[in-house]
Amino acid sequence: MAVNRRKFLKIGGASILAFGAKPAADALGISPTEWLDEKLGGFTIPETLLHLFRKPAGSVAGEALTAKRWAMVVNVRALDEEIAEACKEACHRVHNVPEIDNPKHEIKWIWQEEYEHVFPGQQHEHVDEALKKLPFLVMCNHCFNPPCCRVCPTKATFKRKKDGIVLMDMHRCIGCRFCMAACPFGARSFNWIIPWPRAGAEEERRFKGKEPPTPDYPTRAKGVVEKCNFCAERLAKGQIPACVEVSQELCKKKGREPALVFGDLEDPDSEVRQLLRLHYTIRRKPELGSHPNVYYIV
Amino acid sequence: MLEKAFVGGRKYWLLIACLLGVIGVGFIMWLWQFRVGLGITGMSRDVSWGFYIGQFTYLVGVAAAGVMVVLPYYLHHYKAFGRITILAEFMAIGAVSMCLLFILVDLGNPVRMINVLLHPTPRSVLFWDMIVLNGYLFLNIFVGWNVLSAERKGSPPPGWIKPFIYLSIPWAISIHTVTAYLYAGLPGRGFWLTAIMAPRFLSSAFCAGPAILILLCLIVRKTTKFDPGKEQIRTLGSIVTYALVLNVFFFLCELFTVFYSQIPGHMHHFHYLFFGHEGHVVKLVPLMWLAFACMTAAIVLLVIPVTRRNEGILTVACVLTVVGTWIDKGFGLVVGGFVPNPLERITDYWPTVPETLIALGVWATGFLIISLLYKVATSVKVEVGAGQA
Amino acid sequence: MYDGGKIIAGIIIGLLLLTFPIWYGLGRAAPKPDVKVPVKEKECVEPKAYMKNYHMQLLDLWRDSTVRVAKRSFIAFNGKKYEMSLQKTCMSADCHARKTEFCDQCHNYTGVVPYCWDCHIPPKEEPKRKPEEKH
Repeated sequence: MAVNRRKFLKIGGASILAFGAKPAADALGISPTEWLDEKLGGFTIPETLLHLFRKPAGSVAGEALTAKRWAMVVNVRALDEEIAEACKEACHRVHNVPEIDNPKHEIKWIWQEEYEHVFPGQQHEHVDEALKKLPFLVMCNHCFNPPCCRVCPTKATFKRKKDGIVLMDMHRCIGCRFCMAACPFGARSFNWIIPWPRAGAEEERRFKGKEPPTPDYPTRAKGVVEKCNFCAERLAKGQIPACVEVSQELCKKKGREPALVFGDLEDPDSEVRQLLRLHYTIRRKPELGSHPNVYYIV
Repeated sequence: MLEKAFVGGRKYWLLIACLLGVIGVGFIMWLWQFRVGLGITGMSRDVSWGFYIGQFTYLVGVAAAGVMVVLPYYLHHYKAFGRITILAEFMAIGAVSMCLLFILVDLGNPVRMINVLLHPTPRSVLFWDMIVLNGYLFLNIFVGWNVLSAERKGSPPPGWIKPFIYLSIPWAISIHTVTAYLYAGLPGRGFWLTAIMAPRFLSSAFCAGPAILILLCLIVRKTTKFDPGKEQIRTLGSIVTYALVLNVFFFLCELFTVFYSQIPGHMHHFHYLFFGHEGHVVKLVPLMWLAFACMTAAIVLLVIPVTRRNEGILTVACVLTVVGTWIDKGFGLVVGGFVPNPLERITDYWPTVPETLIALGVWATGFLIISLLYKVATSVKVEVGAGQA
Repeated sequence: MYDGGKIIAGIIIGLLLLTFPIWYGLGRAAPKPDVKVPVKEKECVEPKAYMKNYHMQLLDLWRDSTVRVAKRSFIAFNGKKYEMSLQKTCMSADCHARKTEFCDQCHNYTGVVPYCWDCHIPPKEEPKRKPEEKH
């Protein structure tokens, strides 16, 4: 007999484990809380889907960049206007962030700010003039303890358990803007108007003089909140974030240290950790306890 | 009983027609907003909540204030309020309806509203706000309607309604507490980050709500055969007095903490609201001073017994109270919290015309609900012979 | 019967309003959907019958899986592995490259307006060349 008693028990035990809540959830790659949310939600997964869900839906192995906790170090001394602007352009181009002239309706994922606005309360009248003029780059901090996720009534914004990236699910956002009130860094933008014209006859006319959106990344509809996503879609393809890539190229050309560095904060050998060991770094508003994952070398 | 809302004189129908007209204009404006986005409002990336959420906050208070009549009547057996509990409950129904509508018009994606139920998220205060507001609406409709029906039949209200009445008392406190928590739990917004937010909300609610109720009672007395009563109005006046004094006291507590501690992140907002920004006076500054002038004047008129007991002066004091608290809470509170923004930059806010029209439409809807319900209530009161006090 | 006339008139008006869609659309039936299936690719990620009935649930799963848990590949019923992407998989050049000839056919017929295209950009469709231009 191929299957003896011992083996039978083994398989049986494994199956019981496999169909228990946590292992099953792990096998599917969703975290227990997400799994529970969905179970409790009841409505989230229609009955007809349950058989589908048992199929392995795995990530593309070997291709994606993974980490336990993604973090970024911004070396402000290596930045200049040109690099900062290039970062912004690269980010906004790959993510179809529209250019809107009205500052009230502006959408930005990454942008330049002055020292006194990045670190309010830190400025004083004798602060180094050079520091005052430096272009600080600011973006979503992908906080370890994000207030925005805490307040969202639909989990449209959430922290990805496996690597700590704070993401937006634009399909789910109801546009209540609670997250914008909760974010202590002003990192979130709202689509006050229709950001891109819908595909159709009018398209050509309205894009005159402006670059049409790239088809590689979705645009957004009006009424949803958006922000930097640490290039989650690029990480999945094994690419580093667009701003980091562009800044490193430019810094290399100019013979400087890299201005933006991206890596795993949990990995002691990562470039990010090495920089944190070498330099004194500060984070924005640490007193609020949100634990930003973006560090600044000033 | 509902049929009573459909029998009325010329003036009644004129009022209804006017309200419907305002609702119509507001609705058309809302359709436009639905089509092109919230960009038609004065809100911005920095001031991401505005007039709508301000009105919502104010009206949650008005709704909660119903408890100021229900509590003395049911818990302390203060008989006089028996005449007007129904008016307080029906006012609460109108106010909660407006709250829900203001949330609706403020959403960027109203069609996805049901996501709040499809993906319930108890860690979000907004989830609880949805529960308490809808619960309060249900409680008031249920209790108000049943008690009035019983009164019409000449029998005491059924015994099983009692638990719902008692539940509605803490529930009223909860709606405004939870609404305060929407603001008070956000890090990095110094203006709102204060433990006294919920008490402040409740105190302003318990003066504004009864003040509006007094005004409504006076209108009812003038336009119907039902008189809510002198004693009732006088007691409401005392409630307004206490709550208004408390409200200003709480505000002074806030001022002390903020300005004696001298913490910039907390001071900036008060500076902006009351003095403008670096010499340039924003439209809000005179309004904020007006608000506190109104409240101070109202306190003077209310604290002196002779003036408080004079119904004419009481009316003036109530109007002052409503205007003062409305500017403070329906406008200053929201805008003041957002300016300066977390990066300490200033973006001014002022509602646009379409935004104001939509808000007016919502107000008109609430007043329509209140008018219809008050028509029913006063007709029943007159029918059972409770016309004159 | 009190106010009999008014009641009957009210019922008639009510019925007319209720049946408005029926008589409004009379004689103007929309053309039957003419769905063009891909030539190159023979199989979809699930059997045809399943896709017909449940493609929306499948897409819903795909988007939740990619957006929320970063699981981006899907093992189809035939064991093949696909990337869960509306634009890159479903609407790739070999499959449903033309939205107007696939999605729109049924959606327009049934009056369904999915909001996918508010954000996702369908592949560009060159206008069909007329035979004479081929030379």
